[in-house]
Amino acid sequence: MKAGRMDAQLVFLVGINAAIVVAAMALVGDRFMSLYNFQSMGTQVPELGLLALGVMLAMVSGNGGIDLSGIALANLSGVVAFLLAPGLFDASDAPVAFFAMFSVIALLTGVLGGALNGALIGFAGMTPIIATLGTQLLFTGIAVGLTGGSALQLGYVPVIDDFGNMPWMGVPRTFAIFVIIALALAAMLRFSRFGIHLFLMGSNPKAARFAGIRVGAMLFRTYLLAGVLASVAGIIIAARTSSIKWDYGSSYVLVAILIAVMAGVRPEGGYGRVVCVVLSAIALQILSSLFNFMQISNFFRDCAWGLLLLLFLANARLDWGHYTSAVLRRHPATTG
Amino acid sequence: MTTTNTETSHAADPAQGPSASRRFWTWSAQHPTIFPAVLIVLTCLVVGAINTDFWQLANLFDILRASVVRGLFALGVLVVLASGGLDVSFTAIGALVMYTLTLFVVNVAPELGMAPILALAAVAGAGLGAINGLLVNVLKAPALIVTIGTQYAFRGFLLTFIGTALFMNIPAAMDGFGRLTLISVTTERGLAVELPVYFLVLVVAALLTWWMLNFTMIGRAIFAVGGKPDIAARLGYRVGRVRVFAFAFAGLLAGLAGVIHVTANRLANPFDLAGTELPVIAAVVLGGARITGGSGTVQGTLLGVLLITLVSNVLILVGIPSSWQTAILGGFILVAGLFFARLDKVRAT
Repeated sequence: MKAGRMDAQLVFLVGINAAIVVAAMALVGDRFMSLYNFQSMGTQVPELGLLALGVMLAMVSGNGGIDLSGIALANLSGVVAFLLAPGLFDASDAPVAFFAMFSVIALLTGVLGGALNGALIGFAGMTPIIATLGTQLLFTGIAVGLTGGSALQLGYVPVIDDFGNMPWMGVPRTFAIFVIIALALAAMLRFSRFGIHLFLMGSNPKAARFAGIRVGAMLFRTYLLAGVLASVAGIIIAARTSSIKWDYGSSYVLVAILIAVMAGVRPEGGYGRVVCVVLSAIALQILSSLFNFMQISNFFRDCAWGLLLLLFLANARLDWGHYTSAVLRRHPATTG
Repeated sequence: MTTTNTETSHAADPAQGPSASRRFWTWSAQHPTIFPAVLIVLTCLVVGAINTDFWQLANLFDILRASVVRGLFALGVLVVLASGGLDVSFTAIGALVMYTLTLFVVNVAPELGMAPILALAAVAGAGLGAINGLLVNVLKAPALIVTIGTQYAFRGFLLTFIGTALFMNIPAAMDGFGRLTLISVTTERGLAVELPVYFLVLVVAALLTWWMLNFTMIGRAIFAVGGKPDIAARLGYRVGRVRVFAFAFAGLLAGLAGVIHVTANRLANPFDLAGTELPVIAAVVLGGARITGGSGTVQGTLLGVLLITLVSNVLILVGIPSSWQTAILGGFILVAGLFFARLDKVRAT
């Protein structure tokens, strides 16, 4: 995206965020605008945002790309790390080393899980839906099998709890990490060869193949990356809730897709922006907190998320170009 | 690409080399039903060898009974997959129809017979399914994403606006229907083993679906639209209408499945059925229907359902804790997906 050109989707998302905050001020008032509330929302955005970024990568790669296994892999990463890390470092004697080991094992699990998705889709030629549906069951199943179906209590480890819940200079640490990861990902998609090839492949797989891009290897790396993002989400979930459950976030598959679609990521592939996904995750979190303040039931929230998903799919079908200026209409389709 | 290099392990005789391997894959491509059938036989033999308790009529009846609801869902998913779509909202439709209808019958028309109840369930389910089809047409988005949206919308609607309470005194007609037995056998140990009448609902639905897919114009249209939508459109099929029909049919079966679920369990729980989508889709995929559309058979789907139910029922007999069930299911989907992806490559050569 060249400087000086406006992105309609970006403007739209900023507008949505502003509208929800204004609505919250009108409906809830000062309680909503407290620093504490914003910090608490900030700790909840990263896990969903990371999963949505994974979905975005899969969607951008085209050919019906989608990653349904994100939250399952996040939970599995937490479970594996929880079971292995105490064997190497004791949580009370060496909390920092314990947390580092916990994170490394979780990330490795993410790499393995993502590599499995990538190999099935990129090299074995499976449809992304079937492959990630299968691995979703497999990852969930392994997590259930390893834990016997019960929740694991991490207990109070100060370092981990601080990481998950305590703000640093007013900013929740997990949120800061999420922003750094998002920036790195955006830079990679925009400037690296991988990123440029990914968007080319998503918008026209046939042309990409004839241009000499190794489609299989590209798909492998895309889903591998999505797996790593999921495992980071798993670490953050474990730190924030001090516990690990195999069925944590059962609606996150929907919510991650909703965030991506709301961010204007095209399910057919070839277009999606990291900054839009971040803004869309934040908008959804503010809306969710607003529902909490207004004491609206979780069931209605699910209903609302489903309807919102349909609404934004419809929005993507409407041609707003008729109503906006020629400058907006020319916004590029293939850049990060 | 050629098939000469890999896959020798699958060949009947390695000495014959590529041609035998090639013959195996082309033959499998023409008979995808063989895949679940072989897995069923293998599972039965392995489980039966480890634990001889497996070979009992009671076990067979248990598996058949447990297959009814899943089988009805699966037949719907088969039709949607054949038409080139994907549906994950069927359990939400089933739950919404079963709970709303049970409440309606109890509070408004307690004297209603079983036939009108089933008819109402079918109509309501078909209506909700048609919404899916219309949305897929209008939004021009992947059916998976659209039906994830409607799944949460339907379920959220049920739990927010209709009710969350478990409902025990179901209507007399439904209760009575659930207790009717089709076959009753007394074993040597004096236990009565029963196959309920509602098993027939699955049989009738399967025969109807089979007839529709193979001997009617709409069946032809479904496969044509699922295989190559643009060519089907040029041939004069109205692609949009065919899709709506497929989703409505899936909704109809889901509605029936919901009512059968209530009669079988003798209670209506609005939280039931949610989360059982993936095993059903797994069953249909194992049965040889392709996510890319245009293929699938009723026989294969039923075998897939049987396989999934078998696996979830008998693991405990061989000493595998039931907590590993989901992982094994996932493994099955992946193996089936790999098998069929491999078939596609053979076909392409």
